[in-house]
Amino acid sequence: MSLRIFVPRDAGAVAVGADEVALVLGLAAGKRGIEIEIVRTGSRGLYWLEPMIEVATPQGRVAFGPVSEFDANSVLDAMLSGGEHPLRLGLADQIPWLKRQTRLTFARCGVIDPRSVEDYRAHDGYKGLERALTLTPDAILADVTASGLRGRGGAGFPTGIKWKTVAQTSAEQKYIVCNADEGDSGTFADRMIMEGDPFVVIEGMTIAGLTVGATKGYIYIRSEYPHAVEAMNAAIAAAKRNGYLGARIGGSAHSFDLEVRVGAGAYVCGEETSLLESLEGRRGIVRAKPPLPAHKGLFGKPTVINNVLSFAAIPFILAGGAKAYADFGMGRSRGTMPIQLAGNVKYGGLFEIAFGITLGELIDDVGGGTFTGRPVRAVQVGGPLGAYFPRALFDTPFDYEAFTARDGLIGHGGIVVFDDSVDMSKQARFAMEFCAIESCGKCTPCRIGSTRGVETIDKIRAGDRVEENIAVIEDLCNTMKFGSLCALGGFTPYPVSSALKHFREDFGPAPTRLQAAE
Amino acid sequence: MAPVYEPWDATRGAEIIAEHSHLEGATLVILHALQGAFGYVPEPAIPMIAHTLNLSRAEVHGVFTFYHDFRHEPAGRHVLKLCRAEACQAAGGDALVARAEAKLGIAMGDTTADERVTLEPIYCLGLCATAPSAMLDGRVVGRLDEARIDALVAEAQR
Repeated sequence: MSLRIFVPRDAGAVAVGADEVALVLGLAAGKRGIEIEIVRTGSRGLYWLEPMIEVATPQGRVAFGPVSEFDANSVLDAMLSGGEHPLRLGLADQIPWLKRQTRLTFARCGVIDPRSVEDYRAHDGYKGLERALTLTPDAILADVTASGLRGRGGAGFPTGIKWKTVAQTSAEQKYIVCNADEGDSGTFADRMIMEGDPFVVIEGMTIAGLTVGATKGYIYIRSEYPHAVEAMNAAIAAAKRNGYLGARIGGSAHSFDLEVRVGAGAYVCGEETSLLESLEGRRGIVRAKPPLPAHKGLFGKPTVINNVLSFAAIPFILAGGAKAYADFGMGRSRGTMPIQLAGNVKYGGLFEIAFGITLGELIDDVGGGTFTGRPVRAVQVGGPLGAYFPRALFDTPFDYEAFTARDGLIGHGGIVVFDDSVDMSKQARFAMEFCAIESCGKCTPCRIGSTRGVETIDKIRAGDRVEENIAVIEDLCNTMKFGSLCALGGFTPYPVSSALKHFREDFGPAPTRLQAAE
Repeated sequence: MAPVYEPWDATRGAEIIAEHSHLEGATLVILHALQGAFGYVPEPAIPMIAHTLNLSRAEVHGVFTFYHDFRHEPAGRHVLKLCRAEACQAAGGDALVARAEAKLGIAMGDTTADERVTLEPIYCLGLCATAPSAMLDGRVVGRLDEARIDALVAEAQR
């Protein structure tokens, strides 16, 4: 009997040695004269346990982790004997951190072979598309709207309305564009799903295509994600071979084709109009809106542009889950959010759960505090353009409106945890510096304001007329927030203002800051 | 493994450009392909792309210079990219960057005098739950600490 062992090929697992583990397992099996089949999956998202490997047993998949290449031999023995091992975690889907999640979008991630259409289908894949093929575009739109799904890239615009606008705009060519330019630090959900369950993205985009009448789609992936690029390309090729992309998809009259395009290291290309410019082969300069991409998008044609996670949520919704999806969540934030815990956190990883969980539960309970063991001082939610929240705001529920009400944003759902050694004026300076590096240069508040911001924060940190310069920063933030063309310049004030508001003691000459950190 | 690149050759460059010129919005695809073959985008390729795609030389130059990825000269034999973004900062990345700079005797963005190592900042590899992270010649490495960064630097110097 051959043993089936699952080893992640997710970049996060590979970065901590998953490839070496797979290699040693193969050698160890050879030495023992036993047959094993190693299936390279995505990651389940429990990164402090990576590389987490699993073995199929009659009771279910048993997990071990974190397994280094030096543990692989003894783990293989424990798999063969069914005996105890210090790294044995028990049945994978019974691990409490995983069990308390609501995995709708990430249900298959880390479970299936991301290169296999058969495996995807065996785990409810393509059921959404099959049902969509029996529906009219209006009926599909009704489902997407009823689910309450809002754009998961950060802006939170209702997906159903966006699709409807494109559906109602007539043109001989329309496009579906997937924004996989996940540049926010602390976020990796797009990367994980593209590497671990790429077909769900393809299926979501295909459904969007039939709904609005588009026959061509692009996935724009950032160049920092070579593993995701490889995984998506392999999945697209497999979908084509199996009749799920190309002419007459799934035996219907519809055709839909997909192509991966790779970015080139520009953060601003995560902004949708800048991304479209880049896809057209130009500098990633932000476009003024209107016209909306839904009316004049890629190459001037009506275009649905959504984040990876928005498309990945669609197959569940179309497989008859619209109401079930909408039943999760709070207020106007319906469904689940794949939240990413990152930075200085003990249990970092992907935690998909209904909207409404509080920040404090996520940091202290789910995340287990910091891995350095020091107290949590600040968390940044929503990437480099998200606000820094102190412990006093940890009662904020994860919800678009609740975060807005407290001058923050949930963005793409990334949370970066900092311990009490953080210097918040340094973080504010970094926010301005990052904006200066990545500004596309089109509008003045962003292009000039960010550089002036760095200079002014440097003066504050040097103790030069601190009060007056803080007033300058506040004024500058106001100008950037209301005068910038897109979210890069417009949201850079969030981390800066929140750091000033909640961590005022860090803004001054160095000695004060050092005392504060003691 | 250090990547192996071809020396610039105009005929080969023209082939690469022609191979992708039929695509919609082909400029970035072509720039990536040229850099993949030669390790950088040689100056003479810019007017060739412009001519093939019926664009002005200024337009192609503008695209080439907008994106951080594209190089106008070859990098060192090995490229070590260290993440400078917030999640890696929170996990102690700044001290490791300083350590790598000191070991190599160069600053971020520079190449060692023997042209063996180029050290570059990168803003997020999406390995934020196994931070701090790095990429050496396309290979990702997470959970960096002093020992691991020293080993990476030593590997790059070989």
